[in-house]
Amino acid sequence: MIDVDIAQRLGEFELAVAFRAEASVVGLFGRSGSGKTSVVNALAGVSRPRRGHIVVNGETLFDSARGINLAPEKRRIGYVFQDDLLFPHLDVEANLLYGFHCAPSAARVIAPAHVIDLLGLKELLRRLPDALSGGERQRVAIGRALLAQPRLLLLDEPLASLDVLRQSEVLRYIEQLRDDLHIPMVYVSHSVGEITRLADTVVLLADGKSLAAGAVDDVMGRIDLRPHTGRYEAGAVIETIVASHDLRYGLTTLRFEGGELIVPNVEALAGERVRVRIRARDVSLAIGPPARISILNVLKGSLVAIANEDGPIVDVQLRVGDAALLARITRRSRIELGLAEGQEIYALIKAVSIDRRSVGYA
Amino acid sequence: MTGFEAGIVVLSLKVALLSVALSLPVAVFFAYVLARADFPGKTLLDAVVHLPLVLPPVVVGFALLLLLGKQGVLGKWLNDWFGIVFAFRWTGAALASAIMGFPLMVRAIRLSIGAIDRRLETVARTLGGSRTWVFASITLPLALPGIITGVLLSFARSLGEFGATITFVSNIPGETETLPLAIYSLVQTPGGDAQALRLSMLAVILSVAALVASEWLTRRARTPRGEHDRR
Repeated sequence: MIDVDIAQRLGEFELAVAFRAEASVVGLFGRSGSGKTSVVNALAGVSRPRRGHIVVNGETLFDSARGINLAPEKRRIGYVFQDDLLFPHLDVEANLLYGFHCAPSAARVIAPAHVIDLLGLKELLRRLPDALSGGERQRVAIGRALLAQPRLLLLDEPLASLDVLRQSEVLRYIEQLRDDLHIPMVYVSHSVGEITRLADTVVLLADGKSLAAGAVDDVMGRIDLRPHTGRYEAGAVIETIVASHDLRYGLTTLRFEGGELIVPNVEALAGERVRVRIRARDVSLAIGPPARISILNVLKGSLVAIANEDGPIVDVQLRVGDAALLARITRRSRIELGLAEGQEIYALIKAVSIDRRSVGYA
Repeated sequence: MTGFEAGIVVLSLKVALLSVALSLPVAVFFAYVLARADFPGKTLLDAVVHLPLVLPPVVVGFALLLLLGKQGVLGKWLNDWFGIVFAFRWTGAALASAIMGFPLMVRAIRLSIGAIDRRLETVARTLGGSRTWVFASITLPLALPGIITGVLLSFARSLGEFGATITFVSNIPGETETLPLAIYSLVQTPGGDAQALRLSMLAVILSVAALVASEWLTRRARTPRGEHDRR
């Protein structure tokens, strides 16, 4: 449980952020300059807010009214920076064990051998930071933070300085940590893809203010927040369970409250939870059940809202069972179909539009 | 090397080593403060630290004499309470050298501390390291090349120190007569040139040896190792 309510002035920038989140991974999402890093700095105790409070798992780390401001080393919050910031004079093993040695022995729950194994660092232990690739360095930085036995792990755009290949490598490791070690994380990013793949709860920041906090699909699916969640990346996230694999066609069936979703092969076992992100532009609409089409996914739902836009494109918010979906269509289609709020509607989603990058482990 | 020469060389080394040992902890402290802290009066402190670099050495020696001489304000007090005497002692020569080499040492160390990414210290704090431990385990090792340079500069400055030393502790054979002082008095003595030349050669050898040693140390400091020597 993270409870944050802080105000801070940083030069011309006024930060006023408040949110509560109870989730294994909280995503802090916002454009660059929206105040994401300032929030994690305050959480870690690196900077001091002017007023407010920060409570993590029932322990008050900062409270201006009660005069509480724990030093960074007393907070037990792991902080992984954008740059790995490994200690250049120490080899990988010494880097990993730096925080481990500082932690009181009673608190040493996460074992070095386990982390080294999870992050695949065994071969690197004797090497110096200079001799590592970007992905390796970031993995060592994450391992180092974990071995300090944190009660909360802050990841500030940990993929920002990596190329696409390394990004997916490190992202996979982070997913494994989340599922294996059960350490709550705050994941900072300006990428919808990373946030939706990792986070359960998202806090949306803009201009130093927290605009919304809540379940990822609720916040990301809201039309009124679109100027901040971004146009091109608009979409919705659905939590699903793997129902079956169709080996003959290489397809996987995912089940969720509102029905079933057929997607190209997902590397997950039946029964596993999987998160799927469906982009608004990949969703077509029909007012009756369509027949004889190539689209495999036809979901029956209801129309919740239509974004009031004067341009040629409108966004339509749908509800399919429990899940929110977003569809992007032309204004012309909207008029010709006579779409209205509350109407029954069919959402059409091509299976091929859901690629590997839109599926992540939940 | 004759016994006379050996005595002078040993005394010079003794004075230089003590002067480095005296100034090193103080220099590290001031270098850290000047590199990292921001406070009113920082410019003034910076100027004071650099004073020995710009003042004539004789002035520094004279100030020491006024302050720490047998009748000096501080010197009398130190003598009465602790029995510590600097005036006309080899320890006084070391103190004079320490002060003359101080700005050089602070400059070198300050530069290398300033070049350290402060976020490395921040990370170390978030990993649970106290301020003191972070300073000892991160800041100091990363500043080591600068510290070695500072030590060498101050050591070399001490071997060559003349003005402040002769003013403060005079030229007493066997007590305060270091290499430069001995060379100077030999040059003043008729027929002392040959001996002065031999001592000068020794001074050259000492300086070169110090340079080589510091090069070797710096190279070793740049080769990082595992943190096996934990508390």
